[in-house]
Amino acid sequence: MMRHVLSAIVQNVPGVLAHVSGMLAARGYNIDSLAVGETENPHLSRMTFVVVGDDSVLEQVRKQLEKIVTVVRVDDISAQEHVERDLMLLKVKAPPEKRSDIRELTEIFRGRIVDVAPEQVVIEISGQEKKVESFIDLMRPFGIVELVRTGRIAMVRGIGKHVHPNTGVRRFAGMDEK
Amino acid sequence: MINSLTKKQQAQLTTGADIVVQTLVNHGVDTVFAYPGGASMPLHQALTRFSDRIRTILPRHEQGGGFAAQGYARSTGRVGVCTATSGPGATNLVTTIADAKLDSIPMIAITGQVATHLIGNDAFQETPIVEICRGITKHHYLVTDVNDISRIIQEALLIATTGRFGPVLIDLPKDVQMATTIPDYNAQLDLPGYPAAIRQGPYFQAKPEQIKQIVSEIHRAKRPLIYAGGGIIASNASDALRKLVARTKIPVTMTMMGLGAFPNDDPLSLDMLGMHGTVYSNTAIYHADLLIALGVRFDDRVTGKVAAFCEHGKIIHVDVDASEINKIKPAHIPIVSDLKYALDELNKIVEPPSDIDPWIEQVQTWKRQEPFRYNEDYPGILAQHAISELCRLARDRDPIITTGVGQHQMWAAQFYRFDNPRTFITSAGLATMGFGLPAAIGAQAAHPNRLVIDIDGDGSFLMNIQELATCFCEKLPVKVMLINNQHLGMVVQWEDRFMQGNRAHTYLGPIDNPEAKGRGNGIGPDRRYPDFVSIAKGFGCGAASIHRKEDLVPAIQEMIAYHGPFVLDIAIPYQEHVLPMIPSGGTVMDTIRE
Repeated sequence: MMRHVLSAIVQNVPGVLAHVSGMLAARGYNIDSLAVGETENPHLSRMTFVVVGDDSVLEQVRKQLEKIVTVVRVDDISAQEHVERDLMLLKVKAPPEKRSDIRELTEIFRGRIVDVAPEQVVIEISGQEKKVESFIDLMRPFGIVELVRTGRIAMVRGIGKHVHPNTGVRRFAGMDEK
Repeated sequence: MINSLTKKQQAQLTTGADIVVQTLVNHGVDTVFAYPGGASMPLHQALTRFSDRIRTILPRHEQGGGFAAQGYARSTGRVGVCTATSGPGATNLVTTIADAKLDSIPMIAITGQVATHLIGNDAFQETPIVEICRGITKHHYLVTDVNDISRIIQEALLIATTGRFGPVLIDLPKDVQMATTIPDYNAQLDLPGYPAAIRQGPYFQAKPEQIKQIVSEIHRAKRPLIYAGGGIIASNASDALRKLVARTKIPVTMTMMGLGAFPNDDPLSLDMLGMHGTVYSNTAIYHADLLIALGVRFDDRVTGKVAAFCEHGKIIHVDVDASEINKIKPAHIPIVSDLKYALDELNKIVEPPSDIDPWIEQVQTWKRQEPFRYNEDYPGILAQHAISELCRLARDRDPIITTGVGQHQMWAAQFYRFDNPRTFITSAGLATMGFGLPAAIGAQAAHPNRLVIDIDGDGSFLMNIQELATCFCEKLPVKVMLINNQHLGMVVQWEDRFMQGNRAHTYLGPIDNPEAKGRGNGIGPDRRYPDFVSIAKGFGCGAASIHRKEDLVPAIQEMIAYHGPFVLDIAIPYQEHVLPMIPSGGTVMDTIRE
């Protein structure tokens, strides 16, 4: 089972998220994460999916996404050189005697402590999924109180030809049909 | 704001409801099937102002209106339009929208909605119909600004009738219907993700090298077969298909949606394939070395066991919807294209296979060995006999046949012989009981001078029987040939085959009759329940009831000759099974023949 990062440019209209997520649920696709946000163009939003499945599943997910009228383009980010990030906020128990350990680990992971309370701290950390997950493992012994993650976002590196002028994303093979 | 307009501008102010109707008229819509209610009254008021350009037909249930719109669309190829009010009116359309989605029928459903300031408040007759219908529409709109109406109607018409056709829902709050603006009937479409809207040149056209690939595969094939579906009819490619077959002599089998694409009586027609298809078509698919799949979706009722379907052959799959390619069965040559374009291009350069005479001979032998058959000596009337006789008596008038869903539908597909596309109108994908009568109404409205016959079952007919009132009041002389076995015959057949004949609520007569417990004689009393003749007459229709074989031909003749809607109730036995039958998930080797 492969994990693929798909990115969809969608029209920024009401209901498009419900339409896309409803289609994925109705057809039984396994989505690991889904992140949505506006793009540099206020009429368009970007959805980033992590899809689990073999190539035939990926092909169907892509085609079914492309069929949705408000979906403008779909790109397979993971088929190209790309950067991907998860952002996490993590609240961990931090009594005074443990605080320096936590701070040290946070620094090693290039995270930031963004809130301090007498017995707890909130840490912000971003990076590739593996990094974020190892940090979670390291924090577990201290006692994780709460954890929230954005889901994956990803972007193709700025290289070479076939770069789409509006988005900086290379076109997905077969996009000509759309 | 309004006060600052000039007199001329004020005169141009138009209500949202009028803009809806004007836009429809501008795009050639001449008929709508519309059931009014509180939230769609402005729309109906507007329809009266256009009554010289658009006919509004009042069904007796919103589902009837939705299926009538489908009958109109399926028989013409043009978009069918239906409307309903908010809440229950809208939810009554849901089944018809799902049905249009599965069979790729161009339909626009316009629903009234509560006023925008009430949306989300659980207002009177409020349902979130767009939320309900997201997964069963090709696209959907909730209109919140009167200035968007003309653009949205134009987008909906484009979306419904391009690419793979499908239903579009437009939810129109009452205040938006009543608001006024200066309309822009040439508004710029806003569909950056829709090929038909963004492509300057052609789209969904097979590439020349793909056409050449088909040519060389055909030339090399020893046992080629065409598997033709609804896509041929939707893209008006029936003539192109006939040309291709005339040129190449490749035999053709059709899905139920494809019936009429190629004439049943052509020697190269292998008729319908699949669960209740011909043994010869299913056998031919099994042995084919090249399957040319045109506008089909490898539905489970066609393939049975997918791995065994055409397991010895290469598959060329041509469809306008890219997501159908490789969805069920991987294609060796996948082609995303409009069917008519692909076949026209193919016909320019295709050459016959080098040597398929032995194959054609083999196929003809299979065809002779096992035609569809029934007991012609049966003393009463069998459904298969009634449909064969109807075909014999009505065929030269090129009628449009509709059906409900169940055994009678399969027998109609098997025993009626179709010559032309858009003459067999049936709910194939969703298989909705109650489809036949309202679909016939839509077809009749589109073709006032043609003979339109609904071959129906007693269970299906009862599901939308109120539409007899529409037939009578709107002067639509639809004929209903009712195949009445007093049971839900297809479920009975499965009970008999797979559940030891235990009757589980499949008898439609009174529960104290022996048939309710499965202890009947296989025929049942001649007098059926309910009394369809009295019902039909109560609606103002002509009607007759028969059970003797000798009465069949004169009764059909009387039905066809009748000026007005007519119900011919034919009592048939209920022990008959639709055969042949390949059980779910089986192969041609598992065919049940007896």
